[in-house]
Amino acid sequence: MLKTTNFLFVGVGGQGILTASDITASVGLAAGYEAKKSEVHGFSQRGGVVESHVRWGENVGASTAEKGTVHFLIALEMLESARWVEWLRPEGVLLINRQRIAPMTVTVGDAEYPPVEVILEAVRARTEDVTLIEGLAIAEELGNTRMTNTVVLGALSTRLDVAPETWLEVIERRVPPKYVELNRNAFWKGRQAAS
Amino acid sequence: MEKAGSITARKRLLSGNEAIALGAWEAGVRYAAAYPGTPSTEILPALSQYAGVRAEWSSNEKVALDSVVGASFAGGRALAVMKHVGVNVASDSLMSLSYTGVGAGLVLVSADDPGAFSSQNEQDNRHYARFGKFPCLEPSDSQEAKDYTAFAFNLSEQFDTPVVIRSTTRVSHSKSPVEVSVPDEPREWEPLAPFERKPKKYVMIPAHARLRHPEIEERMEALADYAETCPLNRVVWGDKRVGVISDGMAYQYAREVFEGFSFLKIGMVHPLPKQLIRAFAAEVETLVVVEELDPFIEEQLRAMGLNVIGKDVFPRTGELTLSRVREGAIIAGLPVEGKVERPEESAEEFSIPGRPPALCPGCPHRSVFFNLRKLKLLVSGDIGCYAIGVLPPFEEMDMLISMGASIGMAHGAKQAGCPDDIVATIGDSTFFHTGLPELANTIYNQGNVCTMILDNRTTAMTGGQDHPGTGVTLQGASGHQVDIEAVVRAMGVQDLWVVDAMDVDGVEQAIREAVSVDDRPSVVYVKGECVFVPTFQRRPVVVVDRDTCNGCGFCFRVGCPAILKAEATDERSGRPKAKIDPLLCTGCTVCLQVCPRDAIYQSEGQEA
Repeated sequence: MLKTTNFLFVGVGGQGILTASDITASVGLAAGYEAKKSEVHGFSQRGGVVESHVRWGENVGASTAEKGTVHFLIALEMLESARWVEWLRPEGVLLINRQRIAPMTVTVGDAEYPPVEVILEAVRARTEDVTLIEGLAIAEELGNTRMTNTVVLGALSTRLDVAPETWLEVIERRVPPKYVELNRNAFWKGRQAAS
Repeated sequence: MEKAGSITARKRLLSGNEAIALGAWEAGVRYAAAYPGTPSTEILPALSQYAGVRAEWSSNEKVALDSVVGASFAGGRALAVMKHVGVNVASDSLMSLSYTGVGAGLVLVSADDPGAFSSQNEQDNRHYARFGKFPCLEPSDSQEAKDYTAFAFNLSEQFDTPVVIRSTTRVSHSKSPVEVSVPDEPREWEPLAPFERKPKKYVMIPAHARLRHPEIEERMEALADYAETCPLNRVVWGDKRVGVISDGMAYQYAREVFEGFSFLKIGMVHPLPKQLIRAFAAEVETLVVVEELDPFIEEQLRAMGLNVIGKDVFPRTGELTLSRVREGAIIAGLPVEGKVERPEESAEEFSIPGRPPALCPGCPHRSVFFNLRKLKLLVSGDIGCYAIGVLPPFEEMDMLISMGASIGMAHGAKQAGCPDDIVATIGDSTFFHTGLPELANTIYNQGNVCTMILDNRTTAMTGGQDHPGTGVTLQGASGHQVDIEAVVRAMGVQDLWVVDAMDVDGVEQAIREAVSVDDRPSVVYVKGECVFVPTFQRRPVVVVDRDTCNGCGFCFRVGCPAILKAEATDERSGRPKAKIDPLLCTGCTVCLQVCPRDAIYQSEGQEA
């Protein structure tokens, strides 16, 4: 493991970003690292951009990484992958959930939502390691779109040297009992999709 | 949030706010009061889970502090919690509380917001400690947040002083490991001993205040001596070419950027340990101060005659980050790793659309701001979700400064002769916070402001806390609901319109009539539940009839995230038609009501 591993979760309010980053931080702690996470609440959450940092390491100071030093950028929304890609270190890992949420600026006609190919081309200028995950589609198949973030965590877990059981233990502690089975399925589907 | 409970000692990830609550509980806090405000809000709900504590939402921060003062005088350890600007509201009591000192330990948490993520300013509340003459502790992670809070209660009693814990957004809202050990047995609630009367200490008439003031100065001197050995200030020796003095979250950035160099980590930032600082400075070649916002430490060091690198290279506005600290260090020529990041040529060949916050689908404020824009009125705004009214597509707010100020600003503008029709918009929680005296004032002074009270039955912006109007306590107990309509009538407002927020035309009509009242104050009381209130009723989703919609775009102007542009366009105009996301729609029908072609209809039975 590197000295410090930096994760950055980005997306739109309501996508379960804080839960996903919470779980990732707890997995780090369970795997024996010092883990820190940071998030912002309040005004920006009303349909705005949500970001949450997670850092694993032996001796972590700040709870936020530096721009250009993120190892894993996890975008729950496609446009946000482009907005935050410069936070990724060159050739870092970029996971994108295939889901488009139009900002109000687009809906009212002040801006255009760029086509998927344009977004992908832009982020590939930063890293070749781009994985597009059908998180929303898989969650829909499972019958609950709120599983999207767990599918994405399953995909993320394939890139880390931590046993999937550790992830599942943390997830089970974190979600309401009646959603445990659904989350387990979502996690495994995400792992399959990414491997 | 994981549930607190009977847990043996182990490391858990806690937010700074959860850790503060735990520290207060471990210190035996008996009573806690707060007004919700980002980034402080989560402390009281976390504390309310522990047995043996009475924790309450107060109607504003001054009320919270006053209640806590009473608890302390009566002999119970007490905690007041607020955001940085909330301390301004409480400061009248805080300044004199410094004179009275405390009964049992009294701690005030001030959660500052460098970067103004969710605030109207980024004031640095360390200054309050110097101004009011009491100690200020600054944790830099969750473990310290817990430890310092517990420590603060002892310090408060030892020196007979209020103690401020200054947190920041990044401390409050970061999670880091904390050693948690919560005893299994619940704490018994026992009554306090009878009140010990000490009028010369607790009754601040001028004669007593004059006597107390010298004692406060002596207390500060004693605290300054104590600071030299206070365990919260610690030296970590490393390479002595650079010595870094730092506090709060800034320390976490500094210790990464200046890894291997010497540190004086300040845990008690007021009063500063001046001998310790001199001794540290004498050992290092270059002295650096890394602190967020104002040069609070730096200026005192300069007054001591010390040469420091500080705000000449580190920004005094906005939140610090690793990058900003590194950049400052490099500019100053200090031997740290890394390089200054040049803003890269943007790789994208397209611009990334902004994503400003928006009113939620189903928000009861939507019809209000849609109509205010339509009527082109001057709007004096207030603190709450409705501040989103200043953003597109409404762009309908002309002033906003602090809690409750909407009514006063509108009143003053009119009294000074402003010819425009002006409307003050204020939420229900904000109305109880400081709106009441502002409305009483405009009635008393025969102003002619139209006040719109937007009652969404919660303190929405901070995540949905209850308040006097809902009558539900922090523990979830239902009680009397203070009736805003009755209060407004009792104050003497005769021109009062009560309207349903979801009745777009009704809201418009009420505003038109209320604004036309030009010789006395009028009130439009708009009622509609926030979508996050548990009793909020979703209704069948609305649907756009593709054939009838001609892409006029009128419904886009209600600023609803559920209304999207369809791929289909109108044949004649070429403009995109509207479609509605059934997952987001709550069936509020505001778009349906404004559609000029009746192209939107409510589906039958299909609950949103």
